[in-house]
Amino acid sequence: MNSFVGGVHPPQSKYTSQIETEEIPLPKKAVIPLAQHTGSPSKSIVKIGDLVKTGQLIAEATGFISANLHSPVSGKVSDISSRIHPCGYNFDSIIIDSDDKDETVEFKKNNPEKLFPNEIVEIIKNAGIVGLGGAAFPTHVKLSPPKEKKIDSVILNGCECEPYLTCDHRVMLEETEKVVGGLKLIMKVLDVKNGFIAIEDSKEDAIERFRVQSSEFREKLKIVKLKTKYPQGAEKQLIKAVLKREVPSGKLPMDVGCVVQNIQTAKAIYEAVYEGKPLYERVITVAGSVKRPGNLKVRIGTSLSEIIDYCGGFVEDLPGQKVIAGGPMMGITQFNLDVPVVKGFSGLVILAQKESKFYEPSNCIRCGKCIDVCPMGLVPTMISRLIEKERYEEVKSYSPLDCMECGCCAYECPAKIHLVQNIKLAKTLIQQKKI
Amino acid sequence: MKFTISPAPHIKSKETTSKIMLSVFLALIPSGLWGVYKFGDHSGYVILTSVLSCVFFEYVSQKFIFKTKVKITDGSAALTGLLMAYCLPPDIALWQVCIGSFFAIFIAKECFGGVGFNIFNPALIGRAVLLSSFPTVMTKWQIDGVTSATPLGILKEKLAQQLPSYADLFVGNIPGSIGEVSKILLLLGAIFLFYRRIISWHIPITFILTVAVLSVLFRQDPVFQVISGGIILGAFFMATDYVTSPLFSKGKIIFGFGCGLLTVLIRNLGSYPEGVCYSILIMNILVPLIDRFTKPRVFGTWE
Repeated sequence: MNSFVGGVHPPQSKYTSQIETEEIPLPKKAVIPLAQHTGSPSKSIVKIGDLVKTGQLIAEATGFISANLHSPVSGKVSDISSRIHPCGYNFDSIIIDSDDKDETVEFKKNNPEKLFPNEIVEIIKNAGIVGLGGAAFPTHVKLSPPKEKKIDSVILNGCECEPYLTCDHRVMLEETEKVVGGLKLIMKVLDVKNGFIAIEDSKEDAIERFRVQSSEFREKLKIVKLKTKYPQGAEKQLIKAVLKREVPSGKLPMDVGCVVQNIQTAKAIYEAVYEGKPLYERVITVAGSVKRPGNLKVRIGTSLSEIIDYCGGFVEDLPGQKVIAGGPMMGITQFNLDVPVVKGFSGLVILAQKESKFYEPSNCIRCGKCIDVCPMGLVPTMISRLIEKERYEEVKSYSPLDCMECGCCAYECPAKIHLVQNIKLAKTLIQQKKI
Repeated sequence: MKFTISPAPHIKSKETTSKIMLSVFLALIPSGLWGVYKFGDHSGYVILTSVLSCVFFEYVSQKFIFKTKVKITDGSAALTGLLMAYCLPPDIALWQVCIGSFFAIFIAKECFGGVGFNIFNPALIGRAVLLSSFPTVMTKWQIDGVTSATPLGILKEKLAQQLPSYADLFVGNIPGSIGEVSKILLLLGAIFLFYRRIISWHIPITFILTVAVLSVLFRQDPVFQVISGGIILGAFFMATDYVTSPLFSKGKIIFGFGCGLLTVLIRNLGSYPEGVCYSILIMNILVPLIDRFTKPRVFGTWE
């Protein structure tokens, strides 16, 4: 079976994979940060007091690498001010008080048969679609590669290798048709003959569903079964596993003729093109120590406290639990439940108090496990040790900038050394040209 | 409600340093029991003294001399003690064992910064110091209470004595150091360590293969050379010591080859009958150099 070198096998903990997606009630107040994608923040085009409808454009992209934002509810713009964002910083946000009517703007349906590729890209751009796997990179940019880059393959990333998360799995099962439709649109835009849907072998049901769904399309579309291993869904590792191509250090997938898109992004593209619906909601997984875990379809801007309330609250009423935006391997812990769901928000994992303990690091015993598991072939222990000793000149020769912060090294380390933090420090110092 | 904030990853594997040390310790126990059965109660006291004195020296140096956190519970000192006892002769005096422990733990390990920072395998330093300090005691062997020469000794001194059979060598019906004689029990322990993914094949297999192949060049019986003396104990349990062996697979192969080469050279050209201890110690010195030249390839780079 296809795979990559390195990686770890954390407990899957995907207890919500058989729970159907539920739509949760509209938020009373939606907080929409203007910076929720990679690139420059959007610019608000509404004023305080404006009435808006669901799906109405409220902020415009500024520049090429940026994205539009649409109102997730109908109601009144009550404030435009700095609010807390899941990344932990404050960003300017548009706050909309919902009137609970959910009146939508008129969605303009399209027939993609009659559209040119550049028109499809324009629709995707207008719909504010960004990568929904977590990095939130504007999708229209990925779909407009420079002419000299010849793209021959599109991979839909259905690995969902983070423990606990099951939202992409549910979307694959419940919206198979839309996902395949989205993939076909991407292939049409890029004029590509090879489409792949990459799924880990732990999701046999999804693989089966796609096999049935894409039967008339078999010669162009391949379902690739990958080994269940973290981080199988990391872009470079995925390309290596599926196409046996290695993205050169510092380069992009398009440099090896490939574009990778997330499952939910494909579904959003389908909805934007066929139904004219912009991106203002997504499916997230709520898992871990909540009373009623599940997969929820939520509007962008819904606060975490409303989501946790909908899920019946925390299992235990103890301080010191972890509320993680994203999965437990790469997610960001939250200190404030007023944080809104943003486009790149894939899940909410609650770790109970005793799972949230601090690990006191001890001396490195040079066991080399971090080296064995690093999917990028780095030497985490050396980078970490050199940074701790402030031997900055030597750090660079261990290529810390190639680290994608997947966390395999720190997961595996028997001495519980804070390897990822030290490597992040190395990266920051190099990027700021301090070393 | 207050939440815990921390950087990712938020889950960690269950493996810890002390679990690794404990596993190696457990893997070594059967062979030690065999040694006590074969060589008498005194060898049991040697093992106990070695383990306890190593832990004692670690505690004293951490608590009173270097005033760092006391970390004897990580099990590394106890393991060093066990390994050192395993390469001592059964009749060594207990006070001599303590001298070995002192050099192993205080000089070779704590003075270099404690666990993870020592350059030499502490247990082997302990043995090497004892061998140069008390050469007579360290080369006096017995089995079932009867003084006799080790198989390698018979070969080296060209004694007019029958060499033991393969079966006796495998089971451990031969004189030798306390924990090194029963190859079969050591191999069982090694299989456990492979299963636990604590050691990899690189060092032990290249070590043993090198000895076997080079022995043929010296017109020695390769099987006899591999299963007599300390090669099995050394290759699986000493040369694989994380701290004092190379980090990368390529380097581990070079290291294993170097250990094998030096062992064969010492056995055949040196004046000692056995060379595992010194060959590993010499290769320990080269580890930083080996690491420097065997860095793995970074994903997406080609040279």
